[in-house]
Amino acid sequence: MEQKTRIALTVNGKRQVVIAFADTPLLWVLREQLKLTGTKYGCGVGQCGACTVHIDGSPNYACLNKIKDMQGRRITTIEGLAPDASHPLQKAWIAERVPQCGYCQSGQIMRAAGLLKDNPAPSREQIVEHMNTNICRCGTYTRIVRAIERAAKEG
Amino acid sequence: MRRTVQNKDSQVMISRRRFMIGAAGLTFGVALGLPAGAFAAASAKGTASAAGLKRVSVNPWVTLSTDGTIAIMSPAVEMGQGSLTSLPLILAEELDADWAKVQIVPAPPNDALYGNPGFGGMMYTAGSNAVTSYFKPLRLFGAQVRRVLLDNAARHWGVPVDELTTEPGVVVHAKSGRRIGYGEIAAFAEIPAKAPEIKPEELKKPDQFRLIGKDVMRVELPTKVNGSAQYSIDVQVPGMIYGTVLRAPVEGSSPDQIDDSAARKVAGVRKVVRLPYGVGILAETPWAAFAAKNTLKVTWTRNAKAWGFNTEKGFEVFSAAARDLTHAGTPWEKVGDAPAAMQQATTVIEGEYRCDFAYHAQMEPLNSIASVSPAGDAVTLWCGTQSQTMAVAAAAKAIGVAPERVTFHGMLLGGGFGRRGHRDEEFIVDAVLLSKEAKKPVKVLWTREDDVHNGRFRPMTVHFLRAGFDASGRLIAWHHRKACDVVTAYQDPVRYEKSGRKDFIAMLGSELKTYDIPNRFIEEVPQDSGIRTSSLRGIGFGPNKFATEAFLDEIAAKRGIDPVALRLDLLKNAPRGRKVVETVARMADWGRKREGRGLGFAYIDYSGTQVAGVAEVSVNRGNGEIRVHNFWTAIDPGIAVQPDNIVAQTEGSVVYGLGLALTERITIEDGVVKQSNFHDYRVPRLRDIPEIHIELIATENHPTGVGQMATPLVAPAIANAVAALTGVRLRQTPMLPALVQQALRAADSQPA
Repeated sequence: MEQKTRIALTVNGKRQVVIAFADTPLLWVLREQLKLTGTKYGCGVGQCGACTVHIDGSPNYACLNKIKDMQGRRITTIEGLAPDASHPLQKAWIAERVPQCGYCQSGQIMRAAGLLKDNPAPSREQIVEHMNTNICRCGTYTRIVRAIERAAKEG
Repeated sequence: MRRTVQNKDSQVMISRRRFMIGAAGLTFGVALGLPAGAFAAASAKGTASAAGLKRVSVNPWVTLSTDGTIAIMSPAVEMGQGSLTSLPLILAEELDADWAKVQIVPAPPNDALYGNPGFGGMMYTAGSNAVTSYFKPLRLFGAQVRRVLLDNAARHWGVPVDELTTEPGVVVHAKSGRRIGYGEIAAFAEIPAKAPEIKPEELKKPDQFRLIGKDVMRVELPTKVNGSAQYSIDVQVPGMIYGTVLRAPVEGSSPDQIDDSAARKVAGVRKVVRLPYGVGILAETPWAAFAAKNTLKVTWTRNAKAWGFNTEKGFEVFSAAARDLTHAGTPWEKVGDAPAAMQQATTVIEGEYRCDFAYHAQMEPLNSIASVSPAGDAVTLWCGTQSQTMAVAAAAKAIGVAPERVTFHGMLLGGGFGRRGHRDEEFIVDAVLLSKEAKKPVKVLWTREDDVHNGRFRPMTVHFLRAGFDASGRLIAWHHRKACDVVTAYQDPVRYEKSGRKDFIAMLGSELKTYDIPNRFIEEVPQDSGIRTSSLRGIGFGPNKFATEAFLDEIAAKRGIDPVALRLDLLKNAPRGRKVVETVARMADWGRKREGRGLGFAYIDYSGTQVAGVAEVSVNRGNGEIRVHNFWTAIDPGIAVQPDNIVAQTEGSVVYGLGLALTERITIEDGVVKQSNFHDYRVPRLRDIPEIHIELIATENHPTGVGQMATPLVAPAIANAVAALTGVRLRQTPMLPALVQQALRAADSQPA
């Protein structure tokens, strides 16, 4: 029988120690143990991007990363992206009124934040390529692009 | 459960508490005039009042506080379509409320007070039917409350009521320069026993609207950018454990042999539970529950109808049925005498169209939380449902208690698209049955694979159409036979029976009300594949408009008429229809040839909302892929309550339609769904998205739906564009590359 393991990691700047079965995806530890439910379960296989968080500063799938590999890693979730939702992307997301059902939007914003960090002025094509990993079933795509362009401009 | 959301437009209280409305005999439309004692009870039960605040429930929809805040009930669930905001906005408009002081409260399950008149009075958010059905009653309620406030102010000041006017949140007596806030009136307001009468002409004229048409922020929107929005999947209750269910691959079957030896050994598993329709796992964590489910070895009874059904063979069966004119179907629309007119026609054109099964793919996989009382005589629910009425009834039925024994907490929905509005609400029953078994609160999670394998689908359809023309070339006869499973009987047997057995979910959109075709006969040819079927964004309009709008395009081509000109001719008695057609033609610069690209057109009267669309496409002859470069849409939904939201809904509708048109297919083999996740059920991604151009034509007509109207435009517009570009008629959705290649090859091999 699989044993529980003890993992120390940093989540949104705070050191956390969690005890979980080793193969548990980071997603379920974030959501059910640390109660950071902004990170969503959509597919479980890295196909939809709803679970996107930053691991050591880069966008990654919380559903594909097992907790046993998170020892000492630095995780940022939507709740920790910026104080008071003040990240330029969060402001742009409101200004463009992007969300509909909203379920995928944490993942979209985290994915976009990774882009702007590396490339503060992405072209339309670069935005499309980078964001192609993340599904929005309500179809807010054109507003996602507009919001990223706005955030890049307004910073 | 209560959240307070602060945003620049309004402070919003989203409260799950029940307003304790004790008066018996209240009915929709005459809800005003509760006895004072009932208000006192409501106030006493209130949770939000700061010390010293007095709250007055003027009617079951509106509660005024002495600090000026106004709580307004919203009867619709929020799944991204915006009704949580737009319904209270309509009431606030006639009340002349200060929107910054409005708190929106989701209405508790109470059909008599909050039911949707468009759905026979049940609480159900679907069919783009919220604003259109609640518009009149909510305006009336708002106007009644305003009148009560005016009457109280008149008494207070001793002036005639007709000298008073209102500004947002304030009653004004211009003659004396006096002003009094709604909150101040609440401190002394007397509520009449009977609702004041409001004449239609006393309601605001559209040019007096201060909120309608002005784009306020959707109240829950800020919570959706910081992770704080609460969907049912996010709910945690003390002592809760997790559940998951392996369901029979074919609904209606039951587990026969269960080998759970490996499942029981998975760390964290508490219990394996035999259910009538599957095998449940109870575990300490979601992951343990999923892992255990994957190890189950179960054989199933083969008694369900769908075993043995295959999509490919099914299409041939359905096609033969649709084409067999000797076998009468179930009439849906009869205008004039189509069979006689068809006899007299000098020319008859025929066409067949097919649509595959399609899956909702709402982003939040189905889930729910239930806590059954230790005695098993009550249950508390947290769920994302499209129908409070259905959820409460299904939970009550599952444990054999009265609906009053169900405490309901409605959460935000991570997408609905029709999936969460089935009468049996099976994803809620899962949690109720497993909580009863566990004697603890249980959160049941469906994996994405569960959501696909146990999906309920837009039905597979085959359409056989015939059009008859007289000697002058006029379209005089139309006959449409649609073979498909009867959706409404499966999804909602209650409404199916009440409607006199009308399969409106499948058949809506096949009628051609605005087209001037004098003789029309439309019938459903019912099939019984046993496959689970459902309403899905666009409902029957999706397949039906693919068939009818592509067929009209085919007719136009065969008769050498421009497709837009043909529609304008058919719409000669429908000025609003003509307007959207002309608008979209202008937007797309219809008639301008594009090198290597084709334009295709479609028009729909969608339950009163007028929409027209143009697709600009290219086709990769090498691999059969269709690329949509631009999509233009003009939409006239009457009064535009939240204009930017209407544009957003229309953008989303186009994207949804794109997937159904090009890539989304559920395949059934031996009754079982072959697809499992987003790698093999391909929904649109950003790279697939065309430039989307929307023009909203707001008119002063009664507002009609906006949530899905453009979805059914997309498939016919694309098929028509491909035909314009290549001369090849595509007859099946999704228009997968293999089908496109096949059609192109077939055309190439035909003698010129």
